[in-house]
Parts: sequence; structure tokens; C-alpha cells
Amino acid sequence: MLQKEEISNGAKGMTIIVKTIASWVKVLIVLFGIYIILFGHLTPGGGFAGGVILASSYVLLMLAFGREFVQKNMPLMLVSKLDCLGALLFALIAILGLVFSGVFFVNFLQKYLPGWPLKLLSAGTIPLSNIAIGLKVGASLFLVIFLLSTFRRDTSANR
Amino acid sequence: MAIFYVLLLFMIIAAITAIETKNLLSSVICIGAVGFGASLMFLFLRAPDIAITQIVVEVLGLIILIRATISRDLTFITGDKEFFGTVVSVVIIFVIFLAGVKVFETLPDFGTAVFAETPGAASQTYISEGLAKTGAANIVTSVILDFRAYDTLGEATVLFTSIIGATVILRKKAKKLLEEPE
Repeated sequence: MLQKEEISNGAKGMTIIVKTIASWVKVLIVLFGIYIILFGHLTPGGGFAGGVILASSYVLLMLAFGREFVQKNMPLMLVSKLDCLGALLFALIAILGLVFSGVFFVNFLQKYLPGWPLKLLSAGTIPLSNIAIGLKVGASLFLVIFLLSTFRRDTSANR
Repeated sequence: MAIFYVLLLFMIIAAITAIETKNLLSSVICIGAVGFGASLMFLFLRAPDIAITQIVVEVLGLIILIRATISRDLTFITGDKEFFGTVVSVVIIFVIFLAGVKVFETLPDFGTAVFAETPGAASQTYISEGLAKTGAANIVTSVILDFRAYDTLGEATVLFTSIIGATVILRKKAKKLLEEPE
């Protein structure tokens, strides 16, 4: 049965078995998330699913090790800046289409540097858009889940 | 085709159990089962992109729900149902069901592509010219990031604005986490 004290005091984390397994599994989850984002133009997936997978690896760390460990490892200011960086990159790709070809949001790399179809270097600006979207979605969801978990009824956890 | 009806029955039974049970943990697990059934249904309808996104977001949503309900020591729902509200809901659902039976007879089978038979449909243009015009092998990604990239820009803006709103509201409790370290 779940221990209520260990779960309600989320700042300290779980038992040592959970911590050991989580530290092995998080590498696989991050690798899988990066694969889904990068190969989004060849296999099913794309930026949104890959971003959520990246966020869920950090949620696993937050559940297993506690909030203070994750706050030292990846401070919330950095996460917020990564979120803004992803959104700005996406808007920058759209504006660069206007600069290079006169039409807003056109796939300008596909016109000038086509690449080889069905390989990794193809499809113009689509992989770059996938990376920007993945960064943005992952950082946003991790920020919201972390902030929601500090919002508790008792005030002893956020002193 | 029979697998669709089996999954549909599973989702309906899980949804009814989620409403009727009094234990909050069972209710949350039944909500997770509904999302899992939806992901399997997308997979059998030949849409793997949506199936991946559905299962990952479902897992994250389950974690949020469990942390929100179990850690506050609320494990049982109390209170009675209202009689008048229940009667009005049943009558309205019955009227909509009678109208829906007439409409469902004119729809095609579950899982067929409706726009494949329409002449001049946009979906046939995307399938035939997608690889040549954009160079991407995944037609779904070429539609959402090249042909209809405005919709993705709008969706990214909506997500950004809602995260800003949530951070502003929750700022009072998490004030020291969001300040710059000196």
C-alpha cells in the first residue's frame, strides 16, 4: 500500500530502489524523446509527442528524487528561458521564409538546398521546426507540473 | 472491424465505472483506462502519430491527477445526487439519442476515409504531391508543418499563452523558485 507520508511530503523523494532504477531509465527516456523529435519527418511522431516524452523524463526525476534535487539540477529560470527560446526559434523560421522568398512561412530550405529524400537530411525546414516545437512543449509541460506540485494545502512544504 | 466494438465497449464500461465508484483512486485509474482504449483505437484506425501523442499525454495527465487527489488525504467521495437534475439529464439524453439514430443511418462505416471518394479533395493532393513538394516521407508532418503551418503557429501561441497564465497564477506560492539566484 502506498505510504501517505512519503507521498504528501513530495520534497524528499522515494525509496532507494526507485531512485536507482529511475537513474538508469531516465537516460533511455531522454534518448527516445530525442529520436522521436529528430526523425519526425520520416517516422510517426514529431515535435509534440517528443516534447512530452522529454518532459516526462524530468517528471520521473521529480517523483523519484524530490523537488529540491531537480530544482538544483535544472533551475526553473532555465526551463522558462528554454521555453521562450523554442517559441522564438519557431517564429524566426517563419520570418526567415519571408526574408528569403517573399512568402511568409514558406519552406525555403527545400527550394534551395533540397537534400536526399527518405534520409535524415531532407524536407527543408521541417526538422528545424520539429526541434523548436519539441523544446517548447517539453519545457512548458515540465514548468506547469513542477509549479502545480508546489501548490499544496499545508504550508510546510514551501517554506 | 470487431476490434472497434470491443474497444468501444471497454471504454464505455471504464467511463461508467469512473463515475459510479466512490473510491477516488479507482476513479482515476478508470480515467486512465479510457485514455488507453482511445490510444489503441487510434492505432487500429491507422493513425500512429496521434496514438503516440495520446498515450504519452495520458500518462502525464494520470500522474497529475494522482498527485492532486491522493496526497491531500481525500480518498472517498461523499454527498448525495440530486433527483431533479438526474431526471432532466436522462430526458435530454433520450431526446438526443432519438435524433441521433436517424442521423447515424446516413453515415458511412466507422473507420472509412470519407474524403477519398469526394472529387477534388485536398487530402488526395497532399498524398500525391506531398513527397515531391516538401521532401518529407511522413505525410502527416508535411501537412502540419508545411502545408498548414499557420495552424501549428496558432497552436504553439495558445500553449505559450496558457503556460504564462498558469505561471502567473501560481507565482505567489512558488515565488522563491522563480527568482534569479544572487
